[in-house]
Amino acid sequence: MTLAPSSRVQLTDDGKLRHFLTTEHLPRSLLEDILDTAASFVDVGGRSIKKVPLLRGKTVVNLFFESSTRTRSTFELAAQRLSADVLNLDIAKSATSKGETLLDTLRNLEAMAADMFVVRHQDSGAPFFIANEVTPDVAVINAGDGRHAHPTQAMLDMYTIRHYKGGFEGLKVAIVGDILHSRVARSQVHALNILGAEEVRLIGPKTLLPVDAQGLGATVFTDMGQGLKDVDVVIMLRLQKERMDSALLPSESEFFRLYGLNNEKLQLAKPDAIVMHPGPINRGVEIASEVADGPRSVILNQVTFGIAVRMAVMSMAISGQESSAQGRTGGERGQ
Amino acid sequence: MASSKKANILIRKGRVIDPANGRDEVADLLIENGRLVRIGASLDAPGADIVDAEGHWVLPGLVDACVHLSLPGSGRSGDIASETRAAAAGGITHLVAQPDCGPVDSTAVVRLIREQAGQAGFARIMPIAAMTQGLAGDQLAEMATLAKAGCIAVGNAGRKVASALVLKRSLEYASTFDLPVMFRPQDSALSAGGCAHEGAVATRLGLPGIPAVAESVDLSRDLLLVEATGVRAHFQQISSADSLRLLRAAKRRGLPVTADVSIQHLLLDESALEGFNSHCHVIPPLRSAADREALLEAVADGTIDAICSQHTPIGSSSKAAPFPATKPGMAGLDTLLGLVLQLVDDGKLALPRALDAVTAAPARCLGILAGQLETGRPASLCVLDASAEKDYAEHWLSAGNNSPWRRAVLKGNVKLTVCQGKVSWLTD
Repeated sequence: MTLAPSSRVQLTDDGKLRHFLTTEHLPRSLLEDILDTAASFVDVGGRSIKKVPLLRGKTVVNLFFESSTRTRSTFELAAQRLSADVLNLDIAKSATSKGETLLDTLRNLEAMAADMFVVRHQDSGAPFFIANEVTPDVAVINAGDGRHAHPTQAMLDMYTIRHYKGGFEGLKVAIVGDILHSRVARSQVHALNILGAEEVRLIGPKTLLPVDAQGLGATVFTDMGQGLKDVDVVIMLRLQKERMDSALLPSESEFFRLYGLNNEKLQLAKPDAIVMHPGPINRGVEIASEVADGPRSVILNQVTFGIAVRMAVMSMAISGQESSAQGRTGGERGQ
Repeated sequence: MASSKKANILIRKGRVIDPANGRDEVADLLIENGRLVRIGASLDAPGADIVDAEGHWVLPGLVDACVHLSLPGSGRSGDIASETRAAAAGGITHLVAQPDCGPVDSTAVVRLIREQAGQAGFARIMPIAAMTQGLAGDQLAEMATLAKAGCIAVGNAGRKVASALVLKRSLEYASTFDLPVMFRPQDSALSAGGCAHEGAVATRLGLPGIPAVAESVDLSRDLLLVEATGVRAHFQQISSADSLRLLRAAKRRGLPVTADVSIQHLLLDESALEGFNSHCHVIPPLRSAADREALLEAVADGTIDAICSQHTPIGSSSKAAPFPATKPGMAGLDTLLGLVLQLVDDGKLALPRALDAVTAAPARCLGILAGQLETGRPASLCVLDASAEKDYAEHWLSAGNNSPWRRAVLKGNVKLTVCQGKVSWLTD
C-alpha cells in the first residue's frame, strides 16, 4: 500500500505508529488497534491505583503554543496514568516571546532527553514540521494544529461512537457548525471514512464550509433539517465568538436559530441518535441546554474516554519509536 | 568577479536559436571587442578565442522579468554578486529587479544596485522603481527622476496601493513619461492571512486560503484603470485561469498590456504542498492543476508573454518553521533555463515559444534592448549543452537554498555566458 507523505512519517517501516499527527490515510486496522488498546485502559480510571507502568522512566513534554487547559490536562493525566514524567511548557508565554525560534526551543528540549512531545500549535502542519525535520526520534502527538488536525479528539469521538453504536457499519454521522476552522471536523471525517461509516455529513452556512468540503469525503448540507434527517450521530462544533467580527456570521442568535441543536431539530435524527460535542460548549449558541444535558447527550462520557484514548496513542507511539530505534541499532551491528 | 575584458570570441558550429529573428540553424558567431559582429557559416577570426559549440545550442542571453534582489536589509540571502553569478551560470544576462529591496524610491538606491551589479559583472540589472514613496501606497515616488537614474519601469511590488484614486494618479503620472507600470494583482483583503490556494489541498491541510478571485478582482480593476489612463502595463506572476480570461479580452481590445508567469506555476500545482513542504510556499500560491494547464496554454498562445523566475533567495531559518509561519518565496535563477527546457521535453511548450518567453518576449514587454542576437550590439548570449544533465545538488550557486529543485538533476548545462560583451560564466 502506498501512503501519502503525511501518513508515511507517522509510521515505522513495518507500519507501527511512531508519531500521531493525523487520522488521514491511516490503515483501518491501526485505528481499530487504537480503539481496542484504549478499551483496555478505560478500566484503569476506575481502579483505586490508577496507574500502569508502560511509560515508566519516560519523559513526556506538553508543548502548548496555544493555551488549552482542558486538552493539556487530559494529556497530562494520561501520561501520569502511564507512569511517565510530565513536563508542562506553556510556550505561548515563555521561549518564543524571548525571540527563541521554534527550532531552537525544540532542540533544547530534545537535548533534555524528552521521549515524547505533545504539541498544540496555532499553525497547521506544525507537528509535521517537528516530526519530519526537527526531532524524528521523539514521538510527536498532535494535540491540535491550526485548522488541520486534532487526531486524539477524533479518536476519542470514534471510541464514543463505537461504545454506543457497537461499530460504524451503516452509520450516518452529521457534523454541524464551523467546519471551515475546525481541525476536529477534518480529523473526524477521515477517521469515520476509514472505519467504514456509511455517510458523513457536514452541515453549515457557506461562510463556514471550506472550499471543496465534499473532497474531504463527506456530503455537504446547508440546511440543517435535511442534514440531520435519519442520522445516528450528531456532532456539534464550538462556534468561536470572533466569527461575527470577521463577517462570517451576522449574529449568535441567527446562527442558533438556523444551526443550533435543540430538541425540535434533534427529532429529525434517528430516535436513538446520540449527541456529541468536543467541548467546551457554548450553551444557546450551537447547542441548547435541553440537549446538552438531555438523555441523548454523551458529552461528558467523551471526556472520560479521552484519557483512555490518549493513553493508548501515547503507549503505542512510544513502543513504535522503541522498535524503530532497535531496528536502527540492529542494522548498525549488522554492518 | 566576472571578466572585465571585452571578449573576442569565435563560437563555432553551434545550433543558433534566436526566436526574435526566427533563426534556428547551425552557424558560427563572431564577437569582436565585445560586440556581436557576424553570424554566418565558416567564419574565421585570427586571434579570437575559439569556442567549439558543435552539438550545443547558442541562445540569446536570458532576460528574467522578475527577480527579488538581495540588498542589506531586504531580509534575503546572499548579495548582488552571489545571485547574479547564479544567473550567469543559468545563461541569464538581464535581470529585471523588483523595487522591494530597499525600497527603490531614491536615486541613491538605484545607484547602489547599478554599482554593485557593475562591480560583480555577472549580469545586467534593470531596476523597477517604486511607484509610491517607500512602497507605502499613498504618495507618488519621484518616478521621472528614478527613470533618469536607470529604472526601466515603475511598480509597487505587490504592496497595497491605498485607493483607486492613488492608483489612477500613479498611472497618469507614469504615462506622462511613457513609463511601463508593473502590476502584481492580488486584493489585500481577499488574500489576508492566506498562505495557500483556496482549494481542495488547503481544505484538507487546514491552510488558510487565498482564493483565485483575490487575483482576478484586482486585475479587473487594474485593467479598467489601464484603459482609462492609457498607460503601458505589464502584469506579473499571473496564477489563475480567471485572470487569463480577463487578459485575453484586454489584449483583444488592443490595450497595451503584457503579462508573465513564474516558472514554478507552470510546473507545480497545489498538490506540491502535501506534507507541508515549505519550499512550495510562494505568493501567489500554487493553484489547481486546471489553473496550471490553463497557464501553459496561455504561454503557448501568447496570452502570457514571458516566463520569469520570481527568484527570492531566503535563509533556511525562514523556511524552517510550520508552513504558514514560513516566508514565501523560491530561489529560481539557477534552474530557470533547465525548467523551461523540461517543459519543452514534457511536450508542454514548443521550443521556439519556450525560448522566446525567457529571451525576446520579456524584453519586448519592458521595451528593453535584450533577448536577441543582434549584430552590431554588445553580445549577450549563452552556449548550452542541452542534452547534458546538471546535478543541482552539486552545482547550486544562489545563496538561497529554498527550492524544491535544490537537489534535482535537470537537462541543460550552460557552458558559456557572455553578458554585454564580457564573459560572465565559463565552464571547462
